[in-house]
Amino acid sequence: MTRPLVAIRSVCKNFGEFQALKSVSLDVWPGEVMCLIGASGSGKTTLLRCVNQLTAIDSGGIWLDGDLLGVREQGGRLHRLSERQIARQRLKTGMVFQRFNLFPHKTALENIVEGPAQVQGRPLDQVRAEAIELLRRVGLAAKAESYPAQLSGGQQQRVAIARALAMKPMLMLFDEPTSALDPELVGEVLAVMKELAQSGMTMMVVTHELGFAREVADRVVYMDQGSIVESGQASDVLGAPREARTRAFLSAVI
Amino acid sequence: MKAAPALAEGFPDLSGMRLAREPHWFRWFGAALIVLVLAAIARAFAGGQIEWSYVSRFLTAKVILEGIVNTMVMAVLAMLLGIVLGVVAAIMRLSPNPVLRSVAAGYTWLFRGTPLILQLLLWFNLALVFPTIGVPGLGSARAVDVMTPFLAALLGLGINQGAYTSEVMRAGMLSVDIGQYEAAQAIGMGRLRALWRIILPQAMRVVIPPIGNEFIGLVKATSLASVIQYPEVLHNAENIYYANSRVIELLIVAGFWYLLVVSVLTPLQMLLERRFARGTMRVAR
Repeated sequence: MTRPLVAIRSVCKNFGEFQALKSVSLDVWPGEVMCLIGASGSGKTTLLRCVNQLTAIDSGGIWLDGDLLGVREQGGRLHRLSERQIARQRLKTGMVFQRFNLFPHKTALENIVEGPAQVQGRPLDQVRAEAIELLRRVGLAAKAESYPAQLSGGQQQRVAIARALAMKPMLMLFDEPTSALDPELVGEVLAVMKELAQSGMTMMVVTHELGFAREVADRVVYMDQGSIVESGQASDVLGAPREARTRAFLSAVI
Repeated sequence: MKAAPALAEGFPDLSGMRLAREPHWFRWFGAALIVLVLAAIARAFAGGQIEWSYVSRFLTAKVILEGIVNTMVMAVLAMLLGIVLGVVAAIMRLSPNPVLRSVAAGYTWLFRGTPLILQLLLWFNLALVFPTIGVPGLGSARAVDVMTPFLAALLGLGINQGAYTSEVMRAGMLSVDIGQYEAAQAIGMGRLRALWRIILPQAMRVVIPPIGNEFIGLVKATSLASVIQYPEVLHNAENIYYANSRVIELLIVAGFWYLLVVSVLTPLQMLLERRFARGTMRVAR
């Protein structure tokens, strides 16, 4: 019996009075492509950021590859991990942001090389060769020496995907990767993500692209007001939703 | 298919015409007025009691040239010390650790809160507080021997500069998008590495104009070190006019050198700005 790559148990998160996550539990299995959908403020982005520890959870627990994230249990109490330990746990995940967040003072190639060379301390020529291969994989081999400001939004996001992949993560997290893009640029990013899904990468994708979810996702999770309302195969959740709230959301979106 | 309708009449073709040059009478009048005023001031000085021969004689005198070199050496070293202290203090100010935050805030408070000339005098007269300075086990020395005018000026100017620079640096770091910090974390960087590799290089672009400002201020603030006998250009000019009583002439000499140095610094700042603007230009170079 295999274990889930990500196990989320009773996770709560408040921002002041606002309850962003209300006791969320969820498993993500190795190789699974999961799409998280829902209105803004439903908690889907917060959940993703908790998995990458960019947001600290208030209670509950998240296990990644068997390791409890952010805290250590000792003598019936939880002790916060040091920043260095948290940084090490983050290496197992790759994150792609809505607004790309490429480093503007570095070229596309330097953006990709930065993590493996600086954080993992791997030899530069080997890292560069891998980075060039990654750029080729996302269709941007010719743009290695371009700065982010010289690239279109779709190209920037594809570099951001390559940057995350360069760390050889077990899990890729996508936070609305196409929401900041002009409509004609969405397709090129989705194509890269689709290729990645087919290569067997485990992915959690917060998205509004229901077409992508229907085509690529193994599972679709619908969230509303900080809770998971419905979760299941893409064709079921999107095609024949059981919950009234899911139906209302889908009819409003489509 | 319907034919496109003919264009309406009454709108002549302007494609051959060019924009006429306007005479701008008020600009010419204003410029003439300014030239007149400047000429009047120049005439007043030329006819005033200034021996211009003294100005030209002392402009390149050895003592004056040594003075401007000392001024520049002190300004550069104090600025380097100020930048190091400023970066460290700014990073401490933005730390989650309340002890580090308080230490940095206290440093800024203390050294911005007292006049620079007072700090210079305090450093120079440190021997009155501590007659001997030493590290236990490594030996000690008399404070009067250690605290030379050079060292007192460097500590006074540099530490004071650091307090101001830390606020400039902090503003620069705050100007960098929070997403940059998150992206650095997401590829596994710790706080300090993210600051050093990702945040600070981007902050530099914002920080260079005010740092240039600070440096120009510091070049002139070195003149305060004349009160503690540091032989910078104003101090040396004063020593000459104490002897020959040509006060205004020597002040003009010193003023000329300050102006020249500041004029050279401005294009240098532009070069630095271009270096750190890397990546912000849309068109490839």
